[in-house]
Amino acid sequence: MSATTPGVTPITSAPGMPPATVPAGPLGRRPGGGGGEGGRRGLAGYVFVAPATGLLFLFLLLPIFMALWVSLSDWTGQGSPFSGSANFVGTENYQRLFLEDGLVRKDFMTSLRNTAFYVAIVVPAQTALSLFLALVVNQKLRGQGFFRTAFYFPSVTSSVAISLVFLFLFTGSGAINGVIGLFGVDGPQWFSDARGLVHLFGDKLGLWDTDSPPGVLADSSVGGLTLWDWISGPSVAMTAIIFLVVWTTAGTFMLMFLAALQDIPAEVDEAATVDGAGRWQRFRFVTLPQLKPAVFLVTTLGLIGTWQVFDQIYIMSGGNPAKTTLTPAFLSYLYSFRQNEWGVGAAMAFVLFAIIVVMTSIQRFVMRDKDAIRDKKATRAARGRAGAREHQLADRSGRGEGAG
Amino acid sequence: MSTLTRTRRERPTTTTPTPRRRGTFPIGKVLGYLTLIVFAIIYIYPFLIQIATSVKTNQDATQTPLSLVPNPFTTTAFDRLLDTDFPLWFFNSATVAIIVTAGRVFFDSLAGYALARIKFRGRSALFTGLLAVMAVPGVVLLIPKFLVLNQIGMYDTHPALWMPLLADAAGVFIMKQFFESVNPSIEEAARIDGAGTFRIFWSVVLPMAKPALITLTILSFQGSWNELSHFIVATQSTDLFTLTKGVASLTSGQLGSGNQFPITMGAALLMTIPVAIVFIVFQKKFVAGANEGGVKG
Repeated sequence: MSATTPGVTPITSAPGMPPATVPAGPLGRRPGGGGGEGGRRGLAGYVFVAPATGLLFLFLLLPIFMALWVSLSDWTGQGSPFSGSANFVGTENYQRLFLEDGLVRKDFMTSLRNTAFYVAIVVPAQTALSLFLALVVNQKLRGQGFFRTAFYFPSVTSSVAISLVFLFLFTGSGAINGVIGLFGVDGPQWFSDARGLVHLFGDKLGLWDTDSPPGVLADSSVGGLTLWDWISGPSVAMTAIIFLVVWTTAGTFMLMFLAALQDIPAEVDEAATVDGAGRWQRFRFVTLPQLKPAVFLVTTLGLIGTWQVFDQIYIMSGGNPAKTTLTPAFLSYLYSFRQNEWGVGAAMAFVLFAIIVVMTSIQRFVMRDKDAIRDKKATRAARGRAGAREHQLADRSGRGEGAG
Repeated sequence: MSTLTRTRRERPTTTTPTPRRRGTFPIGKVLGYLTLIVFAIIYIYPFLIQIATSVKTNQDATQTPLSLVPNPFTTTAFDRLLDTDFPLWFFNSATVAIIVTAGRVFFDSLAGYALARIKFRGRSALFTGLLAVMAVPGVVLLIPKFLVLNQIGMYDTHPALWMPLLADAAGVFIMKQFFESVNPSIEEAARIDGAGTFRIFWSVVLPMAKPALITLTILSFQGSWNELSHFIVATQSTDLFTLTKGVASLTSGQLGSGNQFPITMGAALLMTIPVAIVFIVFQKKFVAGANEGGVKG
């Protein structure tokens, strides 16, 4: 053992307080591990967690409540919001987001529309691309490590650096349009093109004329936006950001899929091969079902991450062109830090929070594993029976260990 | 590999191999390599363009954006970057990243160990709280962070850059998970030998936790080096600009506007290098360490 240990006197058998709880931890379980030292060790526990918890409390938990208050106030950024310079206004800021006709509501609804399309494209695209990359890399090919590194590298680099590179790639005379040009197509002026993809697509199909949108859609409005505006799809500018984000994030998610793939026992796949299953069949009926937890993880993280998109907007577009790349996170920043409407800005942040919670709950419900739930219930029941018979077993299963 | 051996066992007579599934003609392999190479180009070419453009002239960069050969070769972009506050930004980023990484690794492993191994009243409540805190989306915290920094008079100071980043629930969680996977018998032996809790933590547990510590180091360094939104809300004076905030200001500021792409590409390149080095150096160790930990656990 190292001799350079900062001195904490060894605890042999500390007298005094009995252990705070019944010893059930991994250490306390074994004979000789628990006993009288619980008090001193308990104190050490508090000391150990104090710095991290203290910081989390001060810079995370407490500020959330401060912001909650600000979202219910009319604070304008002058002085402290907790002194006389802010008045309680109830839910007025929230009402301005949803009910009161005005610029705030229009901006907010626009940002929700933009982000909804953004999320609806990015999450499936990044999941599919990362799964695909993982499957390709997982083949026993030479240079596997190199390719894995190449795909993962963008994930570790700064969003600022990547965004600058993509700004350059997507300029009107840039590399992307150069490549598109090879196929004889004129690329758009990406970051100044506010046209929505659904609008453009419908125009191509002859569903409507973007210059004179159908009255049904243009004349009725919901939340300050016309239906025509709601269905616009992501703008061309937003599409460039979508490419960027899918390209960047796929690497991280690829690693998650790779880990899951490597956990699948090779025998299962081999057994399927022996049974005569083809490559696609093996993937569809053997591999994919076992990847379900990974897919769940990736889509959850994707949903949480995409709704928060901020950096790329801040760096690349500032919400332009024509507000088609505004997102709730960026709008919240604009309203509070730039326009000093802190109440509205904070309210937007909390609504965004609620949206993320709702979205991930819906996703969890949709993707819930019925088999797993049934299994869990069965195991629990079995554990319960075992516990009635034998005390120790019950103790163990309560901590979610053992059994099988 | 195993497929081949089994194939041989199944079909002792050498028949004409069916290429698609188990044969010797590796169509699958060729396709696999082709896909890999196409995607590798998609993933690597942007970085090559970035490097090439940083040593091009403005005109060259705009006219031949796809070309990887600068014509003529020039370091003007880097010279001009050095005339800006870029060195200061770099210094600020480095300071913040080092402080945050050191602090996180120490505090997170302390807390993670306590949550995994030390019994104390309120432990499970604390852990539940930690999970709840982890679930709070970071972007929601922009305004709250400003509010608390403003309230305690820390806004626009150097500590504002790094102190809030020391609070890291995910790191605590990673360390807790790791410590729970380690066999407790060694610690018990140390305790029987009379070692105190901190001593056990410092000289028995931490050395064993190397793989997790490396992971946490990489995550913390990368996270704080690449952080942008926190710096936006925590400070405003140009003295406290970090690389991310400073370089982001290039796009809207005087230098990045128009067609001065070599400068922005040069800046992007320089700010990528430290993370790239950490990534390349640690990647092997990371994989090796992870496997080692797996065997031990």
